[in-house]
Amino acid sequence: MADGAVMLLQAAADSTRAYGEFPVIGARAFVWITAEVHLMFAAFVLGVPMFAVVTEAIGIFGGDERYDRLSKEFTRLLLVAYSATAIWGATLVFGLSTLYPRFWAYLTAIFAPSMWVYAGLFFVESFTLYLYYYGWDRWKKGRAKLGHWTLGILLNVWGTVVMFIANSWLTYMMSPPRDITPTTDPTTIKLWHAIANATWMPINVHRVVANVVFGGAIVGAYASYRFLAARTDEERAHYDWMGYVGNFIAMSALIVLPFAGYWLGREIYQYDQSMGITMMGGFMSWLWVIQAFLIAVLFLTGNYYLWIGMGRIPGAERFRPYTKWLLIILVLGAIVWGTPHTMIADSKELAAMGGSHHPLLGALGVMSAKNTAVNLMILTTFLSFLLYRRANTRPVVPWAGTGTMIQGAMFAIAAGIVLFYGIRGYFVEAIVRIGFSVYQVLAVLACIVCVTVIDILMARGAQSLGAIRWGKMPARSQYALFILAVTFTWLMGLMGFARSGIRQYWHVWQVMQDTSKYAATPALGYASKMISLCVLIFLCLVAFVFWLGGLAEKSTFVAPGAGDEGGGRGDRHVGH
Amino acid sequence: MNWRRYADHPFWQAAALLVAAYVVIVYVVPLFPGSALVPKSVVLQYMATVLVGVLIYVSDNEERWIRFREPIHAALVEPRLRPVRAGLLVAVPALVGLVAYGQVRTTVAAPPNLRSIHPAPPSEITFRGKTITLTGLDNPLRQHPESSAAYAADGKRIYYQNCLPCHGDHLDGQGHYAPGFNPIPANFQDNGTIAQLTESFVFWRVAKGGPGLPREGTPWNSAMPRWEDFLTEREIWSVILFLYDQTGWKPRTWETAGEAGKRKGDD
Repeated sequence: MADGAVMLLQAAADSTRAYGEFPVIGARAFVWITAEVHLMFAAFVLGVPMFAVVTEAIGIFGGDERYDRLSKEFTRLLLVAYSATAIWGATLVFGLSTLYPRFWAYLTAIFAPSMWVYAGLFFVESFTLYLYYYGWDRWKKGRAKLGHWTLGILLNVWGTVVMFIANSWLTYMMSPPRDITPTTDPTTIKLWHAIANATWMPINVHRVVANVVFGGAIVGAYASYRFLAARTDEERAHYDWMGYVGNFIAMSALIVLPFAGYWLGREIYQYDQSMGITMMGGFMSWLWVIQAFLIAVLFLTGNYYLWIGMGRIPGAERFRPYTKWLLIILVLGAIVWGTPHTMIADSKELAAMGGSHHPLLGALGVMSAKNTAVNLMILTTFLSFLLYRRANTRPVVPWAGTGTMIQGAMFAIAAGIVLFYGIRGYFVEAIVRIGFSVYQVLAVLACIVCVTVIDILMARGAQSLGAIRWGKMPARSQYALFILAVTFTWLMGLMGFARSGIRQYWHVWQVMQDTSKYAATPALGYASKMISLCVLIFLCLVAFVFWLGGLAEKSTFVAPGAGDEGGGRGDRHVGH
Repeated sequence: MNWRRYADHPFWQAAALLVAAYVVIVYVVPLFPGSALVPKSVVLQYMATVLVGVLIYVSDNEERWIRFREPIHAALVEPRLRPVRAGLLVAVPALVGLVAYGQVRTTVAAPPNLRSIHPAPPSEITFRGKTITLTGLDNPLRQHPESSAAYAADGKRIYYQNCLPCHGDHLDGQGHYAPGFNPIPANFQDNGTIAQLTESFVFWRVAKGGPGLPREGTPWNSAMPRWEDFLTEREIWSVILFLYDQTGWKPRTWETAGEAGKRKGDD
């Protein structure tokens, strides 16, 4: 616990220019915007290479060249996105060093060696990217292709290590080791001791998974943009397929993300309960209501995209009648998931309810109900994928009927376990109830794994009911992909604020106090506007990157002898 | 049957679903035993969710989507529907105006507040000059189970002498003075108050009252007094014991090393 005298000394030291000022918007807003937009681009340049290397591998080992072209198309976008990341990163560093010089000096006193490594790795990463992209056509066959793929893996490795290093700085600000106090001389703090703080690894894992989700969503948005701008059926088919792949990867990784977030939340609680309560039960709890809305939007939009997509799959008609029931579960789940425990109510309503908690609906605002709702929504989404996957095939294995029954039983059992523990949670004390969420999650994951295995076995030699008519999608399906990308980006900004804001008026939690005029934690309304502004800036710049991608492709297309460099119109992809 | 044609039409299905949802949320939910009216903020939230669901339903199938748009298109362009069009041109702006008026008109009611009902407690407090560490702290009176009935009886007496006027005879926040307060006194029977909290949290709130709330608890006008000025440490613990004993709730327990646990959401 910081002691008052030291705080006074810190405040006195501030008279020696501890803080700078930025015109018009102020120092905090400047650092906020640069940090957030930098982080969004960083997620872009970390998420998309993951996507690229996986799709390239599918192309190599699956023998489907479409994936290879897809992979290259995205790597082209990375070149511009890397520059943007570096520019915003440099702006952030200049902002920190000129506007928060005392704090920046403190961080560099501890982390300087890791900052040098960071810069070096960024250099190596950039050149790996250049080799990866510009060597694409040179190393496209045999062992050379495997070597090229290895470059893609290395690109991911460098990027991930760079991210881990940056994560150590920000997690140190949140959860410095307990033996570090306001009086500790930063030059005496061991580097690894500061890096391996309580929230470092949970943030690392959470961000890696989130980057996969983000990468998939950005790919989906790019594909939808190109789909809407397409002039030929071939282009539409190609970008329709690309949008599907992006959405599939984003939604698949999204299912894992809450568990990584849960671990991070646990670590925050264990590190400092007061910080945890501020985040989940205190003034930031309203952010989680907004988060609930946004996650409901993700689930509804992801499913909507799949259901519209069934319109282009021969044989999907037999599953169409079921989608309305899935929709009902999702809407009810969204209602439960978004019901606040403490409701916004005027004095009359408060008096009628007997408090801020509704006597009936308040039961939907607690953990048991939320966990039950979200697990059922995950199961429902998985079922949508399953129906979509099966739509144009008819299994021919003799045990197909039994297999389907077993799959149905697995869904029923998983849903039963989720409901049982959800209801039981109301009758046990908190410490027991918390453990129930693990059983619910395990039931859902077990169902997903087992049903998928059965489905893969059952699909062997399945009779085809016709090829998917890629490109035969209405425009509104593509707007669904846009919504997914915007929602993911918004969620990233929102949750980033929650993570960073729980430090309240500390630069480094209970070690270094923020004594600037911006020390107060911003009000949620102001924060929401700032986050929205960051999202808008990022999306405008991403739209520019997308447009550049198309521009480069066109020039390649018209240049004589350019072949199918760029993988766009030269790629006469027609789907399958 | 003409009505059958409407019942099968996606546009009228959507309209009927929205009306039905509104009726259920606003009129049916409060009819359940023990229920109450649903706050406008929640009605809006539920209706927005239902609207999204309805829009997904009418547009996730091309044929249904085309049929859904037919009446809208007809109302906008068909000559025979000119009266309907004129009616809509008046009704829609009037409705928007009415809603806008409802939002901005002056009322005597205090505006709703986004308050932190359970702000984060400090890790330690000073009680009449003595430092008490809240983290990991349980009710010390529970260390003497043989005397718990006597402590609860003490707590009951203290509650009725001091807390009754606001928190009420039934511990439900419906004391005589309760209608005069905003925020209204805590309802201990509700599963969202003491049932969700450790006893050390309750001790902190009783001891420090409204004036001792942290900054994140604002805007806050709680009339809860700072009870450390009137009650001893032991008296406060006795009252807390009584609250749990009387309501039947169990206090939230502390997580021991290696045991899973964290509070989530507004839980």
